Amino acid sequence: MTEMNNDDIIVCRDVHKWFGDFQALCGITTTIARGEVVVICGPSGSGKSTFIRTINRLEEHQRGDIIVDGIKLTNDIRNIAAIRQEIGMVFQQFNLFPHLTVLSNITLAPIWVRKWAKAKADEAAMELLERVGIPEQALKYPGQLSGGQQQRVAIARALAMQPKIMLFDEPTSALDPEMIKEVLDVMVELARSGITMIVVTHEMGFAREVADRIIFFDFGKIVEQNTPDLFFESPEHDRTKLFLSQIL
Amino acid sequence: MEATTETVVKPPTFFGPVDWLRKSLFSTWFNTLLTFLSLWLLYVVLRGALTWAFTTADWAPVTNSLKLFAVGQYPLDQMWRLGVIISMICFLMGVSWRLWGGTVRTFALAMAVALGVMALMPVRMDLTLRLWFLVNPALMALGYLTGRSPAVKSQWVMLGWLLSFVATIVLLSGFKGSALLPRVATNLWGGLTLTFLLALVGIVASFPIGVLLALGRRSSLPVVKAMCVLFIELVRGVPLVTILFMASIILPLFLPDNLRIDRVLRAMTGMTLFAAAYMAENIRGGLQAIPRGQEEAAKAVGLNGFQTMALIVMPQALRAVIPAIVGQFIALFMDTTLAVIVGLVELLAIGKTVLQSRPEWLLLDTEVYLFIAAVFWVFTYSMSYASRQLEVALGVGER
Repeated sequence: MTEMNNDDIIVCRDVHKWFGDFQALCGITTTIARGEVVVICGPSGSGKSTFIRTINRLEEHQRGDIIVDGIKLTNDIRNIAAIRQEIGMVFQQFNLFPHLTVLSNITLAPIWVRKWAKAKADEAAMELLERVGIPEQALKYPGQLSGGQQQRVAIARALAMQPKIMLFDEPTSALDPEMIKEVLDVMVELARSGITMIVVTHEMGFAREVADRIIFFDFGKIVEQNTPDLFFESPEHDRTKLFLSQIL
Repeated sequence: MEATTETVVKPPTFFGPVDWLRKSLFSTWFNTLLTFLSLWLLYVVLRGALTWAFTTADWAPVTNSLKLFAVGQYPLDQMWRLGVIISMICFLMGVSWRLWGGTVRTFALAMAVALGVMALMPVRMDLTLRLWFLVNPALMALGYLTGRSPAVKSQWVMLGWLLSFVATIVLLSGFKGSALLPRVATNLWGGLTLTFLLALVGIVASFPIGVLLALGRRSSLPVVKAMCVLFIELVRGVPLVTILFMASIILPLFLPDNLRIDRVLRAMTGMTLFAAAYMAENIRGGLQAIPRGQEEAAKAVGLNGFQTMALIVMPQALRAVIPAIVGQFIALFMDTTLAVIVGLVELLAIGKTVLQSRPEWLLLDTEVYLFIAAVFWVFTYSMSYASRQLEVALGVGER
């Protein structure tokens, strides 16, 4: 057993997850260091989304341990709440709240969870909207924005809680090609800011540019993990070679 | 294709009334024929109806029994209480008009006009009553002016409405042994007032119960879920008449002798529980229409289960089912007429009483029931109008 190292913000040991009889995760063991940017790739159905959803307990794992920032994930509601406040998540389908303005989408959690005053939350939200490049959309509703703008709002919403970890679940897969770049630009800036990031994506350009490590999943297992250079130039497993030959 | 730039930029031109007529009524010879046929039919029906209403019809049972239709047997010397209630509502209406505008303005204006018309009605009426009718629009104006003060906040006005609801019930029933507000037994309540009261209590109470039942039915706790399903399916499987009958006749048999629940209250309870079961199913429909991603996103930003439901899921679910909910409110409003079977004299029952009060009125049922239908229509139409406005107001930014 590896000892808990203070530089490791996420530790997963032998994580298993089943959906009915289907086993989605078969013994994932990995650690993610503070400030590390990890890209997870692999064919669809390989368990990569399920894996990052177990990290903030949107999915419950049934065997093994997940320790996030020193807190072990159990059914204890207080632990789950504490961990979710440390983790921001960006979804493939944005999942913005359609009945709230862009600004309210971002300030909702700081006001209700962190108990910030509205003025303070508004100010912080406007700063985040500047950062993702759409401050002028603050008072519009999500339905009035393009997909790329919505995803940038979703990133700002996740950042509003000042998380230590950001999870991205295929953030560009639902976007038109010309909008992918505006979202990736924001993510690249974020990756360089030093926050811990786990990104499930097929954008290999992004992976090559900013990832510290790439993890390749297949059939609920980690097949191979390496730095981008080694991963792309000299993959060890045949399955990885086949996958890379198909998407590059 | 040189002309494209010119033809493309042109926006669609405005249609004048003549264009509109030609396009929608006289586009083909067949449509023209239909137009004339419809006009002729309309003329025949309207002429018949209006001739009957203004010459043949005898409105005496209606015009001579307006007090009965309005409040039933409520004692004449206590009528001022109803006056106070209506004045209170007028004032609040004025404040709300200034504060919220839009649909409230429409309703406030309609109410002011109605009161003005009543003041000038050509029937036998006290001068003080006429004056009181005229004072109310003035009170509304006063409320409007009050609403201009920056100190008046939306929350306070909502609280005011809630308090006015409580005040209405207290004023109507009074206190035992009080000199100023002697008790008025509920068997004296009646007419439109009772209809309103039954509907209002039903609407106000069934909504939160319905929300709780809908949530309970989706609960992961098996006991809570089973209880909710049992209640909903049991109530929905029984006609309202049966429930009213049970609430007012069978229920007292099971209660101890010293615990006697008022019969109006019994009818209200029955109607509320009946409405709540249907409300729960409407709301459950709305809850199911909200994608899972909404709940996940709310949890991911750290909201707890209650906040997720109250801030994210429920507002969207309710908005999705406004038409169904209002439809049910309207049904509830009309279902109040069934209270007659447990001996309550609401608007429809008053009609029957009036018809039987004098032998020469016995055959004037067309007039009386038409009047009652018109009263019901005015209020149900208002409700569906308000619901449409609400949908427009809440639909902002949704695609």
